[in-house]
Amino acid sequence: MPILKAGERHTVTLTLNGRPATGYAESRTLLSDFIRHELGATGTHVGCEHGVCGACTVRVDGKAVRSCLTLAVQAAGCQVETVEGLAPRGTLSILQEAFKRHHAVQCGYCTPGILMSLTHYLETNPEATEMQLREVIGGHLCRCTGYTQIVAAAVDVATRLREAARKP
Amino acid sequence: MKPAQFDYLRAGSIEEVVSHLETYGDRARIMAGGQTLMPMLNFRLVEPELIIDITGIAPLAHIRMSGPWVEIGAAVTQSSLLDWSDLSREVPLVAAALPWVGHFQTRNRGTVCGSIAHADPSSELPLVLAVLGGAIDLASKRGTRTLKVSEFQLGMLTTARAPDELITSVRFPRAKKGEGYVFREVARRHGDFAIVSLAGMAVAGQVVLGVGGVAGSPTVRAFGTLKDAALDDALNAFAWEMGGHDDVHATARYRRDLVRMLGKQVIEEARACLS
Repeated sequence: MPILKAGERHTVTLTLNGRPATGYAESRTLLSDFIRHELGATGTHVGCEHGVCGACTVRVDGKAVRSCLTLAVQAAGCQVETVEGLAPRGTLSILQEAFKRHHAVQCGYCTPGILMSLTHYLETNPEATEMQLREVIGGHLCRCTGYTQIVAAAVDVATRLREAARKP
Repeated sequence: MKPAQFDYLRAGSIEEVVSHLETYGDRARIMAGGQTLMPMLNFRLVEPELIIDITGIAPLAHIRMSGPWVEIGAAVTQSSLLDWSDLSREVPLVAAALPWVGHFQTRNRGTVCGSIAHADPSSELPLVLAVLGGAIDLASKRGTRTLKVSEFQLGMLTTARAPDELITSVRFPRAKKGEGYVFREVARRHGDFAIVSLAGMAVAGQVVLGVGGVAGSPTVRAFGTLKDAALDDALNAFAWEMGGHDDVHATARYRRDLVRMLGKQVIEEARACLS
């Protein structure tokens, strides 16, 4: 592939929540900034910009990753999913429902990232234990809730998924 | 916090990477998962002219057994190694340490070789590689070479990789039946930098203990068949000789305490696994 020159604007096309989306990015543009400023999907939040807080977590080709530690040009051609994609027709996902029920949201800043992480994890590990879910949530910082309600919501969803799988 | 400007190359082959490394040398940076390099770019701790992304190079994406080794290519992420079904049989110490490497979200992009290349004193994979006595494969325009981990790890964030070299893979020795492996870590939050990490290996009466997070690079020592007070004394001497520092996370004394106490636990548990 040719070298993408510094300081120039490059066209980046990716799939955002199932729809093709195109914008301009410099080689140094972070995926988090590209999603928010170029594509206008501001549901993804930006916290620490060095991978510690987890607020900017999105899914790239199905996997939960830090969008502040990914370059926009690296996501070209990828399937990117953000919090906006969780409730496409206005119906909350089973996880969002549980967050609402358990009051796992206070200021809401960390929530989009946590939802994206847990959505990926529960999709691949529907039998997840509380310990495993705590470890996944441990990749995020929340300064309001004390995590108790977030853990309760995640465990609730895992329990429901487990029961649904057992039903004949 | 945004990176300074750089040129970006998504490389398609090893040849393409080494030919650019020959031209740019240390003005270029290899990016695999970027889970350490991206924060360093965002903080502008590094301002390379060229970023060479190696994640799209198919010949670097392998996990394979080759003779006495498990060989892991430079594009293999920590999460794909963790998902490898033979991991706990072939390299149980890696299986025990990997869940401590960063978080679920960073392991999805972070690579095994990237962690070895960065050589952070508190990072888990360089410690495991040092305890097991692994090896590192390097390629450049000048040819290829394989270094033993003892030749490769030179100190804090410092390795024997030349500026024109690419780490193509890392090799962990395959475990044999009846060996004992134990991993322990103390950190402020699971997934954060280790205050102290310990890895133990028991093989036919011999016990080897490695410690990360105290000295500039992983420190490994054999404790033979030492027991009780003699083992305590040897661990105490080991803890002092590593010369840890006080920092914002812990005091040097606390680190020595952890080496003395957890070191003994790790050694005893590794011995108990022997059969």
